[in-house]
Amino acid sequence: MLFIELIAQGLVQGSIYALIALGLTLVYGLLRILHVAHAALFTLGAYVGVLVCNASGSLAVAFVCAAVVAGIAGVLMYRLAYQPLLSQPPFVALIASIGLYIAAEEAFRIVFGAQGLSFTQPSLQGQVTLGGLQFKQAELMVMIGTVAIIAVLAWLQSRTRVGVACQATVSDPQMAESFGISLRQVRDINFFIGSALAGFAGVWVALLNNLVEPTMGSVPSYKALAIIVLGGLGSVPGTLAAALVLGVVEAFGTIYLGQLLDRNAIAFAFLIAVLMVRPQGLFARR
Amino acid sequence: MNYEITLLTTMAISVIFALSLNLITGFCGQISLGHAAFQGVGAYAAAMLAKAGWPFFATLPVAMLLAGALGVVVGMASLRVREDFLAITTMGVVFLFVGVVRQQDWLGGELGLSAIPDHGLGKTGFMGVTLLACVAVALLSIHIRRTWMGRVFNGIAEDEDTMRVLGIDVPRYKLAAFAIGTALAGLSGAFYAYHLQFIGAENFGFIESITVLSMVVFGGIGSVAWVLIAAALLSALPAWFQVIGDYKLLVYGGLLFVMMRFSPGGMAALARRLFNPMATREGKS
Repeated sequence: MLFIELIAQGLVQGSIYALIALGLTLVYGLLRILHVAHAALFTLGAYVGVLVCNASGSLAVAFVCAAVVAGIAGVLMYRLAYQPLLSQPPFVALIASIGLYIAAEEAFRIVFGAQGLSFTQPSLQGQVTLGGLQFKQAELMVMIGTVAIIAVLAWLQSRTRVGVACQATVSDPQMAESFGISLRQVRDINFFIGSALAGFAGVWVALLNNLVEPTMGSVPSYKALAIIVLGGLGSVPGTLAAALVLGVVEAFGTIYLGQLLDRNAIAFAFLIAVLMVRPQGLFARR
Repeated sequence: MNYEITLLTTMAISVIFALSLNLITGFCGQISLGHAAFQGVGAYAAAMLAKAGWPFFATLPVAMLLAGALGVVVGMASLRVREDFLAITTMGVVFLFVGVVRQQDWLGGELGLSAIPDHGLGKTGFMGVTLLACVAVALLSIHIRRTWMGRVFNGIAEDEDTMRVLGIDVPRYKLAAFAIGTALAGLSGAFYAYHLQFIGAENFGFIESITVLSMVVFGGIGSVAWVLIAAALLSALPAWFQVIGDYKLLVYGGLLFVMMRFSPGGMAALARRLFNPMATREGKS
């Protein structure tokens, strides 16, 4: 029973990682940038979600606002920060991104205070029993929501003109451009969707913990990097699988290795172990 | 006077730490997001030995040796993975270090190690030792640059594959860069432990790794003189402007971003542009 419970917990955590990491993978696939500041958009989404929900009383409005605000902020971040750095070696953008994230985290602390915000009337907190396991409503919704979003994204990518344009740009930007695809638009769209997903995930985490703090993005940001590396950098299905695997590994690790290592250390020990055996990531085709 | 002595000691320790990373990232082109872990190993080694009654100067080589040994292990990872993958792996190392140390009761666990014995040199004497070490590390860096090894490092940073084709034993030189760089980080850690007489795992975490990387980048990756200046300035900044103490990270993050955005070569590139505007203009066109 403990076994199944741990798997279930791991999958809940893994779904959240997946939502955050998907945006990162989209950006990496397109621009080859490790976008640490992505987690700032996750935190931004969470703050917007809580503030809007408390003001309007509607969780749905909060989700939409969080996703849109994070998405727009993501596009701005791309235009102002990354676009001028694309011709530089990759570590330049990485360090700029880390700087941006650190500054953003401090800005959240200064603007909203260090102690964090909560929902005045938290919803989806009830317990549900499913197959003998206890879940929070929010936990179930996260899993369902993640599956739904990923299904929609997969459909968009393979069945719409915009999605195919994005795929073409990832595999060969020059060729895509010569076929009349606007690189600029594709990048904007990718940043918008990826960032919106991060904002969306932020609201879910806010709901699960009923707390939003300035530092809530730091652990997911580093872990999401670990996940996209595990997934083979730039591969969407790989990222998805890696997120779920990491969630489950963490759930088991904290029970069986908790004496030796803390949660983050388990995640990174797993990452290092995998990279030493498969330097190209768990699910990369090479 | 007391305040100035403490400040100078802090600056000297930061400069040693930054120059040690400059050897790996600047000279050899291997990006590391986890350099604080090696400082941590040195600090914990020195602190444990000092508590066991070892004299100050005897703890230093052990701290360097242990940090260097771990450095070689991580360096082996750099043989397997490159660039972005290496950045993430080294980031993993620092999280692993903090996670492991926190759970070890014999290393003080969450509380850290306190009441580390005095070095017995007096404040001024200790400052003298750290400053001397700082000068020695700077001279060593400059010397390495001029040797055959330094040239190979530069070649690896520029184009690893070409170096391999030229028949250079790239793995050996990479490991050498990691060994020297991390051993020096261990030295700075030992000084750090004696200086503060209290250490905890979170003193050597990811933020500290980024801080030291920002010093290197801010100065100009690879330039010994400018990295020295940047490390001295950035480590003293919070002490000089008490106002920004609270906003320290905001300023760090902002500076890091602005520098990368407008001058990816750091202060060294800025200075070059300032004193030799024609050359850069020609270079750009």
